[in-house]
Amino acid sequence: MKDIAVSSDVTLQQVTEFLWKEADLLDARDYDAWLALWAEGGHYVIPIEKDGDDFANMLNIAYDDGTMREMRVRRFQQGFSISSAPPADSVRTLSRFVIDAVEGDTVTVRAAQHVIEDKFGRQRMFAANVSWVLKITDEGLMIRDKVVRLLNSDGMLTSISYLF
Amino acid sequence: MSLDQFPAGPQPSDLVKDDRVKTPMYEDPALFDAEMEKIFGKCWVWVGHESEVPGKGNFKLSWVGTQPVIISRDRKNDLHVFVNRCRHRSATVCEVKKGKTSSFQCPYHGWGYGLDGSLRAIPYTEGYSTDFDKGNYGLKKLKVETFEGMIFASFNMDVEPLEDFLGNAKPWIKLFMKQGGGFPIKTLGEHQFKVPMNWKIQLENTTDAYHFPIVHKSFMQSLDGEATEQFSFLDDNDGWVEDLGNGHSVMVMMPELNDLDDEPDRPIPARFEELAETLRKDYDEDQVRRIVRAVGGCGFNLNLFPNAACSLSFFRILRPVSVEETEIRHIALGMEGGPEAANQMRMRLHEHFQGPMGFGSPDDAEVWERVQRGTKGDETIDIMVNRGLGLEETSENGLPKGDVSAETGMRAAYKMWKKVMEQ
Repeated sequence: MKDIAVSSDVTLQQVTEFLWKEADLLDARDYDAWLALWAEGGHYVIPIEKDGDDFANMLNIAYDDGTMREMRVRRFQQGFSISSAPPADSVRTLSRFVIDAVEGDTVTVRAAQHVIEDKFGRQRMFAANVSWVLKITDEGLMIRDKVVRLLNSDGMLTSISYLF
Repeated sequence: MSLDQFPAGPQPSDLVKDDRVKTPMYEDPALFDAEMEKIFGKCWVWVGHESEVPGKGNFKLSWVGTQPVIISRDRKNDLHVFVNRCRHRSATVCEVKKGKTSSFQCPYHGWGYGLDGSLRAIPYTEGYSTDFDKGNYGLKKLKVETFEGMIFASFNMDVEPLEDFLGNAKPWIKLFMKQGGGFPIKTLGEHQFKVPMNWKIQLENTTDAYHFPIVHKSFMQSLDGEATEQFSFLDDNDGWVEDLGNGHSVMVMMPELNDLDDEPDRPIPARFEELAETLRKDYDEDQVRRIVRAVGGCGFNLNLFPNAACSLSFFRILRPVSVEETEIRHIALGMEGGPEAANQMRMRLHEHFQGPMGFGSPDDAEVWERVQRGTKGDETIDIMVNRGLGLEETSENGLPKGDVSAETGMRAAYKMWKKVMEQ
């Protein structure tokens, strides 16, 4: 087991606080603030296949560079998408944080996530293993990459009107 | 269960009129059971694409209506489709979605079946008397035929030849397959989602251009000007929807993209210019143009009764689960052996619109669910499919042809529904 506090300047507490802040923004659908958490150059990915990470050469549920992330958020915000106007309400819990690596200004971290959504008087649940590559910057942590591996990613899903 | 007679209550001719259908069409469980027997139990049903079972020993799980089936390619390269149910005590013999094997073995008592579904071996045979004949206990087979790489199966061994059933849809299928851009078509993966709706709501939607600018406004807003122009087919006067017979129909949204080999010198759209530049490193200009046109996809939705569609650039497959529950698969297509950059762009375009988090499908799913929820209100009110009636022309096939927003394709599907249900 790696002792994070000793091996780098970033602590599990700092990482956890950052990712909880992200989760809070997503449940609140404060998407502009969420976009501002991102560093450039990375992807927000929700793969279909359980294995493999060559996402560019795989069909994904979402494979968003910065432009796509922004378009996705605008779609939610403009109010013309019937599925997201209004969207399902969501409550998410993040736990079981593990920092896999701290190299230079990069932190690789993963966690368990449960999201429960509510719409039309019915609730649906999504469980996922989520991993992030975070950048340590002068302004604090930022997200470079985020990969959400839904437990049922290659099964029958339902339409989703918010972000994981 | 056998339904020698149609369930009590409204009969097919009461449920489907020329211009409308009755609300129980979406919500009567007895009607659903009858559909599974008379439509999914007797017609040709789309089960897969040959690229999903490319070589000897490859298999893929699929469905015919509510029944689980296995598509298998044997050592002679012949395709088989059989029910995924051991002939002993009914356990499924395969729960791996796709792969390669030499046999299928039941996990319960070890009965082993060959790639052609025949029963090959059973453990402890001494427990059966000498008149036990393994030849009587192969996996239950369906009739299988293919057209242009698409695999269809039927429980009805006396079903008409597949090509007769596809009929006027065949030339459109051939046009659709041109989006291989000179390479064979292969599946690149699929999005799958379930919607609380009757399956016929999806069947209707594939030929519904009328909803596009309303439901997909947020998708349109995410396109560049040129693409927005292309998807504004309701404002153009050149599209149409035509009944192709046997419940099939085609909705032509962008006629200039019907035949991808037409006008090869057409300018490359700005959104594909970067891709074209990448391709120029490995391909001559003619090939680059052909591949780029193929990446953009076709300009029509071909609806194949009862469960498949060749929709612009992908396969849309529906599976009825119960009267108010339907599973949808959006299968992405690409070029076998084609340029990586082109297949990547095909996948990115697919992700943009399709699937549980696409910019289009969730809005479709929402309105489909709203249809199902709305039918709970006064079920004496009919569901109207009369748009375009009285304005239609006769196609060269002698069948109705309406403007792109006409509900001609829905009427075509319901005409076939009534015919099959009355048989």
